[in-house]
Amino acid sequence: MQRSVRQLRPFLPSSKSRLQRSPLVSAARHNHQDAQTTTAASSSAGGANLNNGSEQGSRTTHFGFKTVPEEQKENLVRNVFESVASSYDVMNDAMSLGVHRLWKDDFVARLKPGARGPMRCIDVAGGTGDIALRILDFAREKYADRETSVDVVDINAEMLKEGYKRFKKTMYHNTPQVAFKQANAQDMPESEFSSNTYDLYTIAFGIRNCTSIPDVLKEAYRVLKPGGTFACLEFSRVNNPLLSTLYDQYSFSIIPLLGTILAGDRESYQYLVESIRKFPPQPEFAKMIADAGFTTGAMHEGKGGAWTDLWGGIASIHTGVKI
Amino acid sequence: MSLISASRRATQQASRNLGALAPATRAVSSPRRWQKRSVNTQPAYEGHVPLNWFEAGFLTVGSALMALANPRRGDMVAALGDLTSGPVLPRLRDAMLASAEGRQILKDRPRVNSHTVDMDKLALLPEGTFGNAYVTWLERCGVTPDTREPVHYVDDPELAYVMQRYRECHDFYHCICGLPVNVESELALKFFEFANLGLPMAGFAAAFGHLRLTQAKRERLFREFVPWAIKCGSSAQSLITVYWEKRWEQNVEDMKKEFGIWDPPEPRWSRPLSEAKAAAVRRQQAAEAKLQQAAS
Repeated sequence: MQRSVRQLRPFLPSSKSRLQRSPLVSAARHNHQDAQTTTAASSSAGGANLNNGSEQGSRTTHFGFKTVPEEQKENLVRNVFESVASSYDVMNDAMSLGVHRLWKDDFVARLKPGARGPMRCIDVAGGTGDIALRILDFAREKYADRETSVDVVDINAEMLKEGYKRFKKTMYHNTPQVAFKQANAQDMPESEFSSNTYDLYTIAFGIRNCTSIPDVLKEAYRVLKPGGTFACLEFSRVNNPLLSTLYDQYSFSIIPLLGTILAGDRESYQYLVESIRKFPPQPEFAKMIADAGFTTGAMHEGKGGAWTDLWGGIASIHTGVKI
Repeated sequence: MSLISASRRATQQASRNLGALAPATRAVSSPRRWQKRSVNTQPAYEGHVPLNWFEAGFLTVGSALMALANPRRGDMVAALGDLTSGPVLPRLRDAMLASAEGRQILKDRPRVNSHTVDMDKLALLPEGTFGNAYVTWLERCGVTPDTREPVHYVDDPELAYVMQRYRECHDFYHCICGLPVNVESELALKFFEFANLGLPMAGFAAAFGHLRLTQAKRERLFREFVPWAIKCGSSAQSLITVYWEKRWEQNVEDMKKEFGIWDPPEPRWSRPLSEAKAAAVRRQQAAEAKLQQAAS
């Protein structure tokens, strides 16, 4: 295989000590062959899966702006979240200047958990428990509902640990209202997650990290009861060109630097902002939700539409109902 | 109208800067003459992170605050060093080019870490040699030639190497000056480095580091060590030009005379020399045993 491209020539000709490279970069280096042939395609496709075959004929997908074999993406994402887990909440506050809290409050308020009696909810990719806690608090405060329960599911044990720690500080610890389960959103075992059990399926800022979005949507459809709601909060496309320029500048300049300064980890935050750009835009994602079998609103934004933009499209809430 | 064109220019600027931060994904093709960009956004060496002026400023302030708040963040201290070293590195590189030894270093680009420094071989050297003194010093202070944070934010690869060389030779400076690794000795050495090499980061560390000391230690530092450091550092040869790895067998005292370095006032060692010497003897014996085993 061609060695890595000229631009990365080491400035040390005889260095026996290979500096510890994160798996992200080594994966990228190994796949430079793919990157060169698929970069043009991947930057315009914006789709979840790229089936461009490399010389080996393996399926590849995007990992931020890099192209990696599909099997590797899960590992790479796991490594990212393992390394960011302990500072995840702090970094979220720093990067979004606290705005992510407003988005999450808005998201849960729109869903009104507990309005029609106790619900069984599942919060996927919910590691640190932000959404789960908001759901339980909302049901308790607005509707005096102490029967609503949330299953917090995440593929990453480190993130779940952080969630468990946070819940220990609340009144829901050791109650049947919250449970923590480790599982892959694309493939949740039927023994633990039987079909037609949940009233509400939420996934906040997690679906863009999954390798195959259609599989996640299929699993969501399976575990929801008929009449259950699917709700997804995710970073999305900003259509206003001025806002989009400012947002890009902020994302690509400030966020990796904040990652370097606060968490000592530039690569993970570089991946995070790149993965936002690779996620399908609102109409496309709404179509994917409809294709999975959900009934969504009309293909437009806002009231009666399949999605609602927050802050001009920086974040977006997509909903669907299983009929 | 002007808003749209301004927005378009901003988008172009953004896409240039985007390139700066997604370097590994750009397909490489040497740009044609009229397509050369004024801003270099490809990484120039492994580990290079190109920054534009705004990002460099942001990181300078951020890393300074972080390094002050949490001095254990070696990567932040290193980042601050990289970003503030700008005008001084070319001068150091020119000093290296002016001496034959320095030119050899720039050609070979040797690295100093646990792989490239053969500790066993050095332990076998007779007492009084630089190699033996170095191993004894490492033993006495309880440190190893560990991998220092690599250089990320210097744009020119050769200057990046000079910066890396400076960081890796820091322990050699400790050894030749006979200073341990406690805070007051590190500060004394930072004064010495600032006087000898002129790097701003050494200056910052010297200027602000002493605030963490007790009054008594600070007084001792300024009364005894700083005058030594400034006098010795400024009159000595520029130590960045020394090819330490070729001088293991050389006598330490001869080296000090050659460079123009004299001993500082007696610092505070955590371990007595006798203990270190005993450990060095043990290490020597172990190394000899290993050699014999390998030979048989």
